[in-house]
Amino acid sequence: MAQYEAVIGLEVHVELKTGTKIFCPSSTEFGAAPNHHVCPVCLGLPGVLPVINRKVVEYAIKAALALNCRIAPYSKFDRKNYYYPDLPKNYQISQYDLPIAANGYLEIEVNGRAKRIGITRVHMEEDAGKLVHQGSISTTPYSLVDYNRTGVPLIEIVSEPDMRTPEEAAAYLEKLKAIIQYTGVSDCKMQEGSLRCDANVSVRPAGQTGLGTKTEIKNMNSFKALQRALQYEIERQIDLLEQGEQVVQETRTWDEDRGVTLSLRSKEEAHDYRYFPEPDLVPMVISEEWVNEIRSTLPELPDRRKQRFVRDYGLPAYDAAVLTSTRELADYFERCVELYNHPKTVSNWVMGDLSRMMNATGTEIGDVCIRPEQLAGMLQLLDKGTISGKIAKTVFEEMFRTGKDPEAIVKEKGLVQISDQAVIEKVVEEVIANNTKSVEDYLSGKERALGFLVGQVMKATKGKANPGLVNKLLREKLGK
Amino acid sequence: MQLYHMTAHRLQQMLAKGEISAEELCRSVFQRIDEVEEKIRAYITLDRENALQQAKAVDKARRAGEQLPPLAGIPVAVKDNICTKGLRTTCASKILYNYVPPYDATVMELLHDAQMVLLGKTNMDEFAMGSSCENSGFYPTCNPWDTDRVPGGSSGGSAAAVAAGEAVLALGSDTGGSIRLPAAYCGVVGMKPTYGAVSRYGLVAYASSLDQIGPFARDVTDCALMLNVICGHDPRDSTSVPYDKPDYRTFLTGEIKGMKIGVPREYMGEGIDSAVREIINKAVRVFTDLGAEVEETSLPHSDYALPAYYLIAPAEASSNLARYDGVRYGYRADKSEDVVDMFKKTRSEGFGPEVKRRIMLGTYALSAGYYDAYYNKALKVRTLIKRDFDRALEKYDLLLAPTAPGTAFKRGEKVDDPLQMYMVDICTLAVNLAGIPAISVPAGNVSGLPVGMQLMGKPFGEGEILRAAYAFEQCSGICCQLPD
Ligand SMILES: [Zn+2]
Repeated sequence: MAQYEAVIGLEVHVELKTGTKIFCPSSTEFGAAPNHHVCPVCLGLPGVLPVINRKVVEYAIKAALALNCRIAPYSKFDRKNYYYPDLPKNYQISQYDLPIAANGYLEIEVNGRAKRIGITRVHMEEDAGKLVHQGSISTTPYSLVDYNRTGVPLIEIVSEPDMRTPEEAAAYLEKLKAIIQYTGVSDCKMQEGSLRCDANVSVRPAGQTGLGTKTEIKNMNSFKALQRALQYEIERQIDLLEQGEQVVQETRTWDEDRGVTLSLRSKEEAHDYRYFPEPDLVPMVISEEWVNEIRSTLPELPDRRKQRFVRDYGLPAYDAAVLTSTRELADYFERCVELYNHPKTVSNWVMGDLSRMMNATGTEIGDVCIRPEQLAGMLQLLDKGTISGKIAKTVFEEMFRTGKDPEAIVKEKGLVQISDQAVIEKVVEEVIANNTKSVEDYLSGKERALGFLVGQVMKATKGKANPGLVNKLLREKLGK
Repeated sequence: MQLYHMTAHRLQQMLAKGEISAEELCRSVFQRIDEVEEKIRAYITLDRENALQQAKAVDKARRAGEQLPPLAGIPVAVKDNICTKGLRTTCASKILYNYVPPYDATVMELLHDAQMVLLGKTNMDEFAMGSSCENSGFYPTCNPWDTDRVPGGSSGGSAAAVAAGEAVLALGSDTGGSIRLPAAYCGVVGMKPTYGAVSRYGLVAYASSLDQIGPFARDVTDCALMLNVICGHDPRDSTSVPYDKPDYRTFLTGEIKGMKIGVPREYMGEGIDSAVREIINKAVRVFTDLGAEVEETSLPHSDYALPAYYLIAPAEASSNLARYDGVRYGYRADKSEDVVDMFKKTRSEGFGPEVKRRIMLGTYALSAGYYDAYYNKALKVRTLIKRDFDRALEKYDLLLAPTAPGTAFKRGEKVDDPLQMYMVDICTLAVNLAGIPAISVPAGNVSGLPVGMQLMGKPFGEGEILRAAYAFEQCSGICCQLPD
C-alpha cells in the first residue's frame, strides 16, 4: 500500500473585541436579546452607508503584526455578493485582492519537532447575522433572523497549505489562538463563535510535489472536532484513491454526531461572489508611523515568553510551553513567582493541582478564585513547616473551592502541622507498642515496614504530624 | 405674479419684510398643486399637514424675533429616493411601496436645520434608472410645457414640480444626468455638484460611485442658496470630502471677463439637433460679449462614456439593489415555497423591467470570466475620461455644451427602445464618470420647448460655474420663464 501525505491549510475567522461594530456605532456585546444591537446601517436599510471603525483596522494590524505579517500600505474593501437572509444587504463587505496584511508565519511544535507555518493573508470583513429555525432547517415552518452579530468585525487568517497532519493543524490553531489572545484583540472563544475554522484538505502519494484535489471542510466547532474531521477526511480521500477513484473538489460539512464529513456543494454549485471594489468606502492608506505605533503596543508573545521562562526561571521547556500557552496563565504564574521566588515549585503547583482542578471543574484561569498572593502564602506556610505537603493539598482544594486565605483555612480546620517532639513521641511509642509484627519486620531488615509505621502515626494524628519528625523519631526509638 | 411662481430669493425678502407669511406661501403652493397636479403628477407622496405645521412654526419663530436661516419657510420638494424619517420613501418602486424610513438623510437634516418646508416626495424613474420618468412604478410625470411630453428623468418629478409652480425649490439626484436632463427639458436650473460635495447618506443608492444629490431652482441665485444648505462634509459618508465650503452667493457678480471657456467638439456633433446647436452657439456669443474667451476643444474619449456608464452603473446597481428581498421591509411576494422562492418572486414582482434589465447587465458584467472584459475595462475607460476632463480643465475654467441632444420627447416615443432612451444622456454621463460638477441652465426654446445649456467645472468649482451661469442668466434674460 502506497504511503500518503495530507496537505492541510486553514482559514480561521476571529471576531475582534471592539466595543462597536465595523461600520456603525452599534454594540458588539455578546448574548443580548435578539435584534437589540442594530441600527439602520447594520440592518442595511435603503440609503445607509458604512464608515470604517478605526479600532477595527488597528486591531487587524495588531493581530497581523503578531503573526509576522507585512502590513499593506494601501488596502481596500470589496463587496462579496451572495443572497442569504442573515445578510441584510445580500452582500458582505470584505477584502478581496488588497488585504490589510500578508506574508506572515507562526511556529508550531509537534512531537518535539518545530515547524514554521506560513500565513498567506489577513483581511477584515463584517460578520453576518444568525438564523433561528424551529428544529431542522429543512423542516422548519419559518425562520427568525437575529442581526445582533451583523457587522461585528472579523479578521480572516488564511494559512499556507503547510500542515501535514491533523495534529499539526490543531497545533497551528492552538498557537494562532494563543497569539491572538496575547494581543488582546479577541477572546478567541470557539464556543461563542469568536474563533471559527474551516480547512482545505488534500492527499497525495508521499514524495509527490504536486497537490491532489482538495475539499473544503466546514462546521468544526472545537479543536477535537477539527482533528477528528481532518482524520476522517484524510482517510476518506486515501480510500478513494486506493480504490482507483477520484476526489471531487467540493465543500463538505463535518457532522459531529455521526463523525463523518458530508458533501455540502460541488465546485459547480460554488458561488460566484462577483467581488468588486466597495464604492461606499475609500481605499485605506496606512502609514508606517501608525504601524510602528501599533507595533510598540504589542505584548511579549508566547514564543518569546516561553524562551524567557526557560532562561530566567530555569524551567524545563515543557513547563514553559504549558505556562505560556495563554497570556492569563503566564501572567498568573509570574505574579506568583514575584511573591514566592521558587519558579519550579510554583510551576509544579500551577501545572499540577491547579490545572487538574481547573480541568475537573471546567474553570478558566481568569475565573480561578485563588489569587496569586494566596498561592504564594500557602507555599510559605509549607516552607515554614506550618503545614505538611499532604495538608497543603487539602488546603489548596479548599482555597480553589472557596477563595479563602490559606491561613484562615488552616486555622478553621485545625490543620496546623504538629512539630512538637513530645506530642509525636507519645504517639510513636503507642504505634510501636500496638504493631509488634511490623516492628519485628523492620528490625529484621524490611525497610518497607517503616513506611507502614509512619502511616500509622500520621493516621493517629489525622495527618498533621510533621512527617520528617515522625520518621526521625521512629528510627531513633527502634534503635537503628 | 402668484407666490408659487416666484423665486426663493424674492420670497425670502417678502417673508423677511413680513409682506407674506410662510403659511400663506405654503397654502399658495398647495393650491397650485391642487390645480395642476392631476395633469402633471409630479409627486408620489404629499405631506400637506406637516408642511403647514412647519410653515406655521417658521412664522411663529419670525414673530418671536428669532434670527432665521435664509431659506426658512421656503417650500421644497424632495425626490423619492432621499430618505425622510416617518415619510414614505418608495424610489417609485413597487418593491418599496410601503417603506417608511426610520431616519432622515443628511440632506433632510440640513433642510430641516434651514427650516425649509417639505411639501412631499417627487416622482422619478424607478430607482433613478431612466431618462423620462416613464419608468416610475406608479405613473409617469408629464412635462409642464407640454403634458404629452416627458419631463426627463430620472428626477422628472422634482423638475416638473419646480417648473409648474408645485414647489419653489427641489432636490433630485444625478447619476448620469438625472438632474440636468429634466432641468433642461422643464426649463429650470439643475445642478449636479462635485462627487463628495453633498452627503449621500440617506440617498437610496443606484450607482454609489456616480450618485450625487443636487438642487432644482428657478434661477441661478436660488440654486446657489440651495447649495449653501446642502453642501458640506458628512462623517457618515466616507466618500464625502472635507472642504472649505464658500458662500455660493458671493460668486453671483455678473463679472466673467477673461474667463476661459472650452466647447468640446464631441458635444456639438452629429447626434445633436441643429436647433439645439444653434441655441448653444448663441449662448457662446453671449459669453464672448461678456468678455469670456471661448474656444473649441476636445474630450477625445467622449464616445466611450455611454458604454462605460452602462457597465459601471448597472454593476454597482446589481449589488446595491440586492437587499430588496422581502425579508425585512418593502414588498414581499406571498405563497412562496421557501426562502429562495420568496427572493425570486418578490424581486420578479417588485422590480420594473428597466431595473431588471440593469440588474442583469450588472450581474453579467461582474461575473467570473467577464469581469476583466467588461467591468474592469469600463473602469479603465473611466480613468481615461477623467483624464480628458482634467486636461481640458487645466486649460479652461469651464466647459460648455448642450445638456441634451434635443428637447423633451413625447411620452411612449422611446420606451420600447432602451438604446434610443440611453442616447438622451450622451451629454451628461461623462460628468458623473469624471466626478466633476455641472449645471444645466435654460438657454432658449425650440418650438415652445426649453433647451438647456450645460456648464462643467473643476472639482469643487461650483462657485465658478455659478458665476458664469449667473452672468449668462442676467445677460440673456432667459430665466424664470415658466409655463402656465
Ligand atoms: Zn449598527
